[in-house]
Amino acid sequence: MLRQETRVPVWLPGTLSVASCIGLWVVATTFEFVGPARLPGPKDLWESFEQLMDPGYAGGTLPQQVWFSVRLVLAGFAVAIVTGVPLGILMGMSRRAEALINPAFLVIRPIPPLAWIPLAILWFGLGNGAKIFVIWFGAFVPALINTYTGVRSVDPGLIAAARVHGARPWHVLFEVVVPGALPLIFTGLRLALQASWTALVAAELVGAFYGLGRVLMTAARDIYPGMIAAAMICVALLGASMTYLLGLAEAKATPWRNR
Amino acid sequence: MALATQHPGLRWLPYSLAGAAIFLAVWSLLPQAGIVPSALLPSPMAVGKTFFELTQEPFAGYTIQQHLLSSFIRFASGFGLAAAIGVPLGLLMGWYRWLDRAVAPIFETIRFIAPIAWLPFAVLWFGTGIGGPILIIFSGAFPACLINAYRGARLTQGFLIEAAETLGAKPRHIITEVVMPSALPSIVAGLRIGAGVGWQSLIGAELIVVSSGVGYLMVQGQGNLATEKVMAGMVAIGCVGVLIDVALRAAERHFRRFEQA
Repeated sequence: MLRQETRVPVWLPGTLSVASCIGLWVVATTFEFVGPARLPGPKDLWESFEQLMDPGYAGGTLPQQVWFSVRLVLAGFAVAIVTGVPLGILMGMSRRAEALINPAFLVIRPIPPLAWIPLAILWFGLGNGAKIFVIWFGAFVPALINTYTGVRSVDPGLIAAARVHGARPWHVLFEVVVPGALPLIFTGLRLALQASWTALVAAELVGAFYGLGRVLMTAARDIYPGMIAAAMICVALLGASMTYLLGLAEAKATPWRNR
Repeated sequence: MALATQHPGLRWLPYSLAGAAIFLAVWSLLPQAGIVPSALLPSPMAVGKTFFELTQEPFAGYTIQQHLLSSFIRFASGFGLAAAIGVPLGLLMGWYRWLDRAVAPIFETIRFIAPIAWLPFAVLWFGTGIGGPILIIFSGAFPACLINAYRGARLTQGFLIEAAETLGAKPRHIITEVVMPSALPSIVAGLRIGAGVGWQSLIGAELIVVSSGVGYLMVQGQGNLATEKVMAGMVAIGCVGVLIDVALRAAERHFRRFEQA
């Protein structure tokens, strides 16, 4: 679409807006237009990071808390891939399987993953099991739906052609269907990863012994805005870097799309 | 295959019925046969009975309808705010390049923060009543509203805008008369996604800080080890989620028809 052309250089608006946001933050907190009990200043933020690094906060140092959270996300995400993707392929390939599984899926799907947290705590307690269960649940649904859509979007002509040339079902599956569905499978995995982080943070906010969500919740109870902001930055950075890594994996797995 | 194309739903209906029957049978038999204690997995009947009781007797302060109502009011205010800011901002970003370049870096940074992670600040800034939860719903629903309005505006056909310009329309009129109607289907799709995320974020917030609403009912049920109350809450959440989605889906269909006409 046509857009209003301006004479402003490309980099200027972005730089200006980011700079003015940071400037506003520094000025508002330094001169205490906004009190330190509501919004941390740059110094508070730095000190919180230092405290988080050296003596630690809410039961561990930053690397320990990060490792704890990342481990849980990876575990839940892995279980979701291992269950969601094959089930999605099965439902995409076989109408029978789809019709058989769909009713159960339709009942479970509208319940948001975060609504499973109380049930997960009743079933598994406050430990790792409950978190992995909730993460699995959040990640499973997008992984399955996108895999299913991806398999369904494979051109039936290609499958027929492979069959005509004598391909076995296994070959059709791994040489035609899976590569064809791969872009959408990765879309599903990206959504699943985001859902995993949200589910983990929420589950750790509700109740946990370690992890970044625990840091966030302890800081909220202590009314410690610097630490709240530090924990939020960590959550965002970790989510962003894991999404980036998944993007690298996608580029490696689907080299034909890079051209 | 011929039959399947003529009656696509009919041929697989027995399988769907069998699937539903197996699901319900497994769910009812597991606790009944004592494989799973019924305190942990109440049967569908027990959940239905509890749901009915919750509509009659108050639990955690209110009946389930009142909890649902307070959840829904929070949701509607937060979602309304997100749509009221996100959609116009997205349209303007699609139209004015400088605005796009100014907002995008900030938006892309903030988007990486999971909505629920705003909870401590939401409580600190706006309290646990209605202000805090609204911020959480807002941060969940806002990105989808903005991005889809932006995409819709960007996809507006160039010749339509040129035609409007040739006929002497001012930019303000082009935005309201050309760009907005053509972006409408995409906007409504964005509202649907945003509503889903917002509803889920609200439940998260209610689990943690709020003292009314369905999420609160579930936490209280969990505290009392009343699994059937927790599951009744899940059913209620699922139903409201479906109703919101059905309403917005109907709106989406309506606007798509409008687009083709």
